[in-house]
Amino acid sequence: MVGWIYLCGVSSIIFVFSIFFFVFREGAPFLRDRFDFKEFFFSPEWYPNSDLNKRYGALALILGTASVTLFAMLIAVPFGLGAAIFISEFCAGKFKEALKITIEILAAIPSVVWGFIGLMVMSPLIIWATGAPVGLNVLNGGIVVALMSLPVIVSISEDALKAVPDTFREAALALGATRWQVIYKVLLPAAKNGLLAAALLGVGRAVGETMAVYMTTGHSVNIPFDSRFPLFHPLQSVRTLTATIAAELGEAPHLHPDPSGNYPPEAHHYQVLFVIGILLFAITFAINLTADLVVKGIRRKG
Amino acid sequence: MSQEPAMKDGNPFGETDLIRKKMRAEAAARLLFGAMAVLMVIPLLSILLYLFYKGWPILSWQFIADVPRHNMKEGGIWPAILGTIYLIFFSLCASAPIGVLAGIYLNEFARDNWFNRAVNLAVLNLAGVPSIVYALFGVGAFVLAFGFGRSILAASLTLGIMNLPVTIAATKEALSAVPRSFREACWNMGATPWQTIRTIVLPNSLSGILTGVILSVCRAAGETAPILFTGAVFFKPIEGKGLFAYGLFDQCMALSYHLLTVSTQLQGVPEALLYGTALVLICIVLVFNSVAVSIRVYLRSHQRW
Amino acid sequence: MIRAHPANKIEIAGLTVSYGGKTVLQDLDLEVRRNEILAIIGPANSGKTTLLKCINRTIEFIPGARVRGSIKIDGEEVHQIRDVFRLRRRIGMVFPLPVGLPMTVHDNVAYAPRLMGIRGRTELEAIVEKCLRQAALWDEVKDRLKTLGTKLSGGQQQRLTIARALSHRPEILCLDEFSIAVDPVTTMRIEDVLLELKSEMTIILVTNLVQQARRLGDRTAFLNNGNLVEVDRNEVVFSDQPANRLTYEYVQGVFG
Repeated sequence: MVGWIYLCGVSSIIFVFSIFFFVFREGAPFLRDRFDFKEFFFSPEWYPNSDLNKRYGALALILGTASVTLFAMLIAVPFGLGAAIFISEFCAGKFKEALKITIEILAAIPSVVWGFIGLMVMSPLIIWATGAPVGLNVLNGGIVVALMSLPVIVSISEDALKAVPDTFREAALALGATRWQVIYKVLLPAAKNGLLAAALLGVGRAVGETMAVYMTTGHSVNIPFDSRFPLFHPLQSVRTLTATIAAELGEAPHLHPDPSGNYPPEAHHYQVLFVIGILLFAITFAINLTADLVVKGIRRKG
Repeated sequence: MSQEPAMKDGNPFGETDLIRKKMRAEAAARLLFGAMAVLMVIPLLSILLYLFYKGWPILSWQFIADVPRHNMKEGGIWPAILGTIYLIFFSLCASAPIGVLAGIYLNEFARDNWFNRAVNLAVLNLAGVPSIVYALFGVGAFVLAFGFGRSILAASLTLGIMNLPVTIAATKEALSAVPRSFREACWNMGATPWQTIRTIVLPNSLSGILTGVILSVCRAAGETAPILFTGAVFFKPIEGKGLFAYGLFDQCMALSYHLLTVSTQLQGVPEALLYGTALVLICIVLVFNSVAVSIRVYLRSHQRW
Repeated sequence: MIRAHPANKIEIAGLTVSYGGKTVLQDLDLEVRRNEILAIIGPANSGKTTLLKCINRTIEFIPGARVRGSIKIDGEEVHQIRDVFRLRRRIGMVFPLPVGLPMTVHDNVAYAPRLMGIRGRTELEAIVEKCLRQAALWDEVKDRLKTLGTKLSGGQQQRLTIARALSHRPEILCLDEFSIAVDPVTTMRIEDVLLELKSEMTIILVTNLVQQARRLGDRTAFLNNGNLVEVDRNEVVFSDQPANRLTYEYVQGVFG
């Protein structure tokens, strides 16, 4: 039995490596034959289906992910933090329990249902409210993703606040500080790293979100820039990295190489989607690693 | 230090301007944060209510137990429900044993060295990998390399590995809630580490582990991306085949995937049918969720120490 | 079995223990004689608990602990014993804070016998009754053997811990400040029990109550800061002229 336990403990490392290995294996021919760093990262031209002039520029997709993530975080981080502070510092007992269960339910709603709500409910609402021609855009995706990443942000921020010893609070209260003063003079500085980690994990969630974004952002390979908006235009449709995989993997033909090991140009479409997968894997890995290091940082010092 | 304004009427506890200002800031903060928390609850409630309102009329035994007809525009969703059940069951078979044992390893056996830090980091990373990357992994590993093809087996294994970190985290948490003093008492009586786990630690953390396993079921039921290219199919006729309609190497319909296709890829599907499908999916997830929550509430009220 | 000094149950030589570079026991030499009560006194952090953990090798569960030196039980080197679990069953351990395991009182005491493979119901019941009687707990719990061990009062749980320590019929009984969570009357009752048990086993009693050491011990060892200051017969240690001035001051309450 103990042997099995060791084996399973080690298995998670095996799985991480095998995820990377199998995704990499499918994407490798593209990296070898076709990959062009400059094109992939700096060209907005994504024409994988063109007969004559196939282009694999992922810039628009990267910016699509960035815009949705940024928009979602603009909503989710302040609200998540506020909610976490409220739950951990201002309420107690049954009410607190009820709020926590609500957050859990929020976390449990499947991604595809969120997408469905964005599609059926939010989209008409956005058209009605802003007069935009389409309701599937950065705004829609951003709000949905914000709602989806809230539970992560709230629960991890709350943990971070809970980790601040009660003696800190008591000491400050004993000096005559109000709860609000305790929060912004004592708690926020003390829980800083944990809160940062919460925001980071929220970003990770938003970057990786697939189905809801696929259904709500409107499927157009587009850089959502506009002279009037310094960063991005919330009412433009975009396509994210994740949505691209979800949308195109089903259509892209999975072709085998000819006897000399070369792939026909049509095979690259399928492979480039795995390269996008590697990119996503790398991004989320970096985010999680950073969040972990940030949290460990507190523990070292504390 | 700022000078406190003079006390009114010599009462040291009387209200000064400073105190009034402090109290106003306090009330404002409470209101602001409360509003933020409530603003999170409102969309959730309104969404749930709206789904119920729109989907309720079509909910009937007929809707649940019938197969889709007329190109999904009529009939029910039974094959999708059954497919989801299959996926839940087989993914659980993959994730629960490995996840629980890995959790036991990390909490009970792993010493603090570089290797186990790497294992912990791996679990953390598994939890953060986007579901669509799991889908790619499923395609690359199970569908292609292992030759399972697009099948329930490939989809379940993909879902199972995606659920591992959830199970591992829940197991670790449940195990670490058992005080160390219990373990020490057993060690002092000559129990081996495994005997200690089997007789003391596991019996007292089982319900916590169960909660985690149920929550992973929740996730398996709702996820779409990982099954998209590994086993879910648009339509599969299973009429009249009973409960064992799908084989392990068949593709299957699934509720989440069904909702995706009827709402994005088909024209002219009646709205009620869409909302009905979403409602059934939500209900399945919420039922599992409330079971998990009630186990936890029960646990807290029946603390054994 | 070769017994170099049949009179000695435990022989400790050159024992040095450190936790992550910080030394808690320094080059300790100590003998425990068969069927005696050896009291160990000393201020906090003097390494008393660590010493006990070395004897039954539960020190191995503490990350970063390094142990050097030799501990022999019946002439057998502890660190070379393969079946460490059998070794631990030869030693009963009672630590300061009472720990009732989250199972019934009966199962608490029957736990170790079951591990040893005793399955017969009547046999188990006999062991449970005997051990609970020895721990002066039987009269209080005989009608509720089915309640959870964790639901007993602190003092009862401590006696339950003692009953558990006796349940695997140890040759050595180590008690670490057992009376912290117990009221004075119960403490006296347990002390009487210990004096009776002396004929069956060797007892090491770690205590920070100097008077308890004086009442119960045949010999007393004084540990300070990881060093063994003095070990001798009680008449000497508690006299006006112990070998070491420090011992005198501690016993008289000048420091500690």
